[in-house]
Amino acid sequence: MVQERTLPVISAASTSVTRDEGLRLYEDMVLGRTFEDKCAEMYYRGKMFGFVHLYNGQEAVSTGVIKSMRSDDYVCGTYREHVHALSAGVPPREIMAELFGKVTGCSKGRGGSMHLFSAEHNLLGGYAFVAEGIPVATGAAFQSKYRKEALGDRTADQVTACFFGDGAANNGQFFECLNMAALWKLPILYVVENNKWAIGMAHERATSQPEIYKKASVFGMHGVEVDGMDVLAVRAVAQEAVARARAGEGPTLIEALTYRFRGHSLADPDELRSKAEKEFWFSRDPIKKLAAHLIEQNLVNQDELKEIDRRIQATIEEAVQFGLDSPEPDPKDLYRYVFAEDE
Amino acid sequence: MAETLLFNALREAIDEEMARDSSVFVLGEDVGHYGGSYKVTRDLHKKYGDLRVLDTPIAENSFTGMAVGAAMTGLRPIIEGMNMGFLLLAFNQIANNAGMLRYTSGGNFKTPMVIRGPGGVGRQLGAEHSQRLEAYFQGVPGLKLVACSTPYNAKGLLKSAIRNDNPVLFFEHVLLYNLKEDLPEEEYLLPLDKAEVVRQGEDVTILTYSRMRHHVMNAVKTLTKEGFDPEVIDLISLKPLDFETIGASIRKTHRVIIVEECMRSGGIGAELTASINDRLFDELDAPVIRLASQDIPTPYNGTLENLTIVQPHQIVEAVQKIVALKV
Repeated sequence: MVQERTLPVISAASTSVTRDEGLRLYEDMVLGRTFEDKCAEMYYRGKMFGFVHLYNGQEAVSTGVIKSMRSDDYVCGTYREHVHALSAGVPPREIMAELFGKVTGCSKGRGGSMHLFSAEHNLLGGYAFVAEGIPVATGAAFQSKYRKEALGDRTADQVTACFFGDGAANNGQFFECLNMAALWKLPILYVVENNKWAIGMAHERATSQPEIYKKASVFGMHGVEVDGMDVLAVRAVAQEAVARARAGEGPTLIEALTYRFRGHSLADPDELRSKAEKEFWFSRDPIKKLAAHLIEQNLVNQDELKEIDRRIQATIEEAVQFGLDSPEPDPKDLYRYVFAEDE
Repeated sequence: MAETLLFNALREAIDEEMARDSSVFVLGEDVGHYGGSYKVTRDLHKKYGDLRVLDTPIAENSFTGMAVGAAMTGLRPIIEGMNMGFLLLAFNQIANNAGMLRYTSGGNFKTPMVIRGPGGVGRQLGAEHSQRLEAYFQGVPGLKLVACSTPYNAKGLLKSAIRNDNPVLFFEHVLLYNLKEDLPEEEYLLPLDKAEVVRQGEDVTILTYSRMRHHVMNAVKTLTKEGFDPEVIDLISLKPLDFETIGASIRKTHRVIIVEECMRSGGIGAELTASINDRLFDELDAPVIRLASQDIPTPYNGTLENLTIVQPHQIVEAVQKIVALKV
């Protein structure tokens, strides 16, 4: 097991949270976790197909960043994006139905697990190839700047959050887009979810500089590392980055140190990660951490959290039922959506 | 009427569309201050500013992906490939995202964009600068492929491509930028999906596009002196193919010659031949003749380069041969 990185220290003031906000963050993380656990169950029961990449363990990153943004901001994910879609507000039933390949899914059953989209919620995807979402997100951020500066639209201050993993941070598109985003001061957050493993490739075996946030410095960009298992810490750095982007002061690279509690996908035998490493990270479960903090601060009690857990469980059961009850796409619509004229 | 060079016809199209619609912008390498490698965007940055005529770093896949993201969020980008061959570096963004994203998103997003630039075999530019990307991209669902060949159609087609809500790969030929033609003063648009009947005739249908249209018309001068009466069709739309126009011609002539600059293997002509056999086999009085480039990297040497692409005399010979076949 590689020596774990020292966790960055963050001031207590920046991580203070109200009861309502704490509950909101808790609920979003539980929603993500419960949804993903249900996906694994459905996959093994043969209701879900293809490659399914679950987000368990990383919830603090999606929740901490996206809940620091406005609903008209943009979110761009990868193939491990179910939970980003949930944080962005896409209804669980639409995502579950998509995973079941149903026409009521957010991508009408055409996309699947790795291609979740919602124009209504400004969810830009869902990108199945590593790093290919980074330029797309950069384009959305460019669009905000274009509207504001070239078209004089003062309301065009939308920020884009672009999520990707440590593996993507060795790809050319990452460096190329950091360069352009810094050059043009684009309103974007590049959020690296460093979960230490690109399938079976350990991060340290793939990169000459494992501290990804430091790669921002050569572009003159703000780079920050954060404990990706601490939603309040993630929220604090995200709020600062969003404010910077919104003010036209340019992009931020956020490296969230996190861990996926399951294999790369449900097809991954997950043989390379050591038991000791997994146990170390399981002990840092972001949901338990927030729950303990909220109780310790006397903001909530255990029963209130359990009530949220129950409510979310019911929401997920309802999503499954909706997915099961929904119709398949009509075969006569096989060609629908190839071209823009198909509504 | 104003005599206009092809590159200026393209420039006028972009200028008019940028003036008409503020969501239209140009991006690519040296499109701004430098004016484009073939001057198609010359001085547009002075009129529209650096954001609407965006000089990008040399990062084809990333700036193409950026254009996809901008298109998804409501802008209408025009990408200039400094040389179309460079866009091989953007193959992933063009295929996966520009081409397929509307479908994979179940209609959530549109990707209206034009990807244009100089391609084809020039004069001794070497293999990498002499590519015909239409063959590589024709298999990608969701893309429209359009090839211009004259100043008139270049302008009218590019304007339509910019207004189209789909991703359009717009092929220009590196040797045609200085063609001259009188263009109408008034605005005009041309349909993206219609082939152009360049010459009507009875003996044989010659299907061609881009620069090869001009090789064909050179051959036609010789052929008409010899008493042949070929019909010449410029495909314009390489995908989808305009089988209404193509079919009407074949039903009249019953003989087909395809003349392309594309590679023989897996090229536009290969697809066209297969489609003609599928749809119009009973109309044919002779097997389709396919004149295409050799399946080799385009050589630098001028003699070898000429041997690589179709020459007018080969077109003459093919017509003589196919018309002589009696059924």
